[in-house]
Amino acid sequence: MDINTTKLLKQGTIKMSKNLIELRNLTKRYNDMTAVDSINLTIKENEFVTLLGPSGCGKTTTLRMIGGFEDPDEGEILFEGKLLNNVPAYKRNVNTVFQRYALFTHMNVYENVAFGLRVKKVSNSEIDRRVKRMLKMVDLEGFEKRNVDSLSGGQQQRVAIARALVNEPKVLLLDEPLGALDLKLRKEMQIELLDMQRSVGITFIYVTHDQEEALTMSDTVVVMNKGVIQQIGTPQDIYNEPINRFVADFIGESNIIEGVMLEDYKVSFDGLVLDCVDKGFAPNEPVDIVIRPEDIRIVVNPDEGMIKGTVTSVVFKGVHYEMIIESDTREYLVQRTMMFPEGSVVGMNVQPADIQVMKRGDMPCSVEEEEE
Amino acid sequence: MQRRGRGRIAYPYTVWMAIFIVIPLFLILFYSFTEGDIHNIKDLKFSLNSYKKVLEPIYLKVIGNSFVLASISTLICLIIGYPVAMIIANTDVKYRNLLLMLFIVPIWMNFLLRTYAWMSLLSPNGLVNRFLLWVGLPKLEIMPGKGAVLLGMVYNFLPFMILPIYTVLSKIDKHVIEAANDLGGNSVITFMRVILPLSIPGIVSGITMVFLPAVSTFVISGLLGGGKTPLIGDLIEQQFLSSRNWHFGSSLSIILMVMILISMAVMSRIDNSPEEEGRKI
Repeated sequence: MDINTTKLLKQGTIKMSKNLIELRNLTKRYNDMTAVDSINLTIKENEFVTLLGPSGCGKTTTLRMIGGFEDPDEGEILFEGKLLNNVPAYKRNVNTVFQRYALFTHMNVYENVAFGLRVKKVSNSEIDRRVKRMLKMVDLEGFEKRNVDSLSGGQQQRVAIARALVNEPKVLLLDEPLGALDLKLRKEMQIELLDMQRSVGITFIYVTHDQEEALTMSDTVVVMNKGVIQQIGTPQDIYNEPINRFVADFIGESNIIEGVMLEDYKVSFDGLVLDCVDKGFAPNEPVDIVIRPEDIRIVVNPDEGMIKGTVTSVVFKGVHYEMIIESDTREYLVQRTMMFPEGSVVGMNVQPADIQVMKRGDMPCSVEEEEE
Repeated sequence: MQRRGRGRIAYPYTVWMAIFIVIPLFLILFYSFTEGDIHNIKDLKFSLNSYKKVLEPIYLKVIGNSFVLASISTLICLIIGYPVAMIIANTDVKYRNLLLMLFIVPIWMNFLLRTYAWMSLLSPNGLVNRFLLWVGLPKLEIMPGKGAVLLGMVYNFLPFMILPIYTVLSKIDKHVIEAANDLGGNSVITFMRVILPLSIPGIVSGITMVFLPAVSTFVISGLLGGGKTPLIGDLIEQQFLSSRNWHFGSSLSIILMVMILISMAVMSRIDNSPEEEGRKI
């Protein structure tokens, strides 16, 4: 590698370019249940990837296969181009932050963090230097001699992160690491984790069922359901252009409407014909349409709206009001900062860009049943 | 009010404890420090003679033998019991209880009966030797003797080693073991630095539960040892039942009790400092 490339790499200009992990047709079955069904995924260096989905969607199983705790039944895991399938967990250049931290309760904080380095027979002075630096980074200086049982959830969580990161792995796997924390602490830790990822510059593969967490933290979100990847994309893509009903329903709140694509840029439902920005469907193909609640605008004069409706419910949500507006044919969920009283008749407008048209696939299941 | 009411429920137990545990204990203590005719209270006088008798070489040897045999059998139980407990703990839940039952069911049978069974198996013309004779191998001559006593102890007390270790092992979070693997520990390192230190409480209670009955047993050595290697338990039994020297028997009991208390204190110290243990390994 010439000097210029090295320099560029250090500056981060060509970061996130190299493929680090590739999953090819990865499959895992438990008895007759397929937990992960032939998934393909490429993860780049320095990427923050989130596997998102309801419980039982196969996200944790995928993570455990990368970590080496589950053997895939089919398919390949490539790490820097080399097959990883038969490499035991203790030889993989990957570390894991477990869901319930899985700290060593018979050791103090210092020894927990030092464990990986001691196993690798790193010299004592080097261990001391790296453990101290890591404890400083996770804001646990002075806790060295403390028993891990005496720490709070957030502190235990940071010990778990330090214990993994001190080994300077290429990839950090995080299995719902914030699941056991309360909301405020969770938000704080999200930002801290993101800072850490940026500063240490390693790949994070993060598993969660919390869509907000996924959107906040990730470079790439992988939405999974029933062992199958539904959509891979940036948080913006996933939110604004969900590929199917499942993704739209799982990520944020939405109005999902069955309609027909008349021709390119023209979609129809409930007898209305609306302009949209989607194309490439067969003429008169049945589709699912997503309209986010915050994308519906309300006008006081019902005749100025594309759709006429009556407000049937108003709930104050802090930032906005959440209203249900009933038209002749269906109910719309609408979020506006301005309140329209119950019973008032209003008009609703939607911009063409805010109408997301999706191919109608087989809906495997509804989200509500599976969500925790 | 309610607390006092509940406290009253414990009275029968307190009375029971006083009658059947505390008073006999003081009686033993009393007999051990006196000499004379036990049936005539006026005849008894303070004396340390029975304790002096304990210090005679022949009796010291018996005490020594008891501790050596109990220690060896505890060690063998640990060496056999730990891997067995580990295997059971790692077995699929479906078969785990079945496996556990196999080791527990013998306890349901009477202790004496089991020991008699070993007697008939190991005796010079027993089943084992008849089989060896039939195959053409030399005779096994461990009974009566220390070997047979050890075997009897290990057989009888092994479940008490397996159970506590199994309980502790099965409670270890699987993710903690995965974490050790994840951090670069192969199976040997993971065992030495994580599983073993975490299972120390089980080992300690296993050792206690095997060592205590083993050091004070009297039936096993009597039946399988043929009286050749009397243990402290046999000696005490003999003093009370045949020699009729209750004073000597009492002082032997007190000595045994003190020794057991000391070893329990040592064990509980180990149990309370697993952190240090784990760190040093």
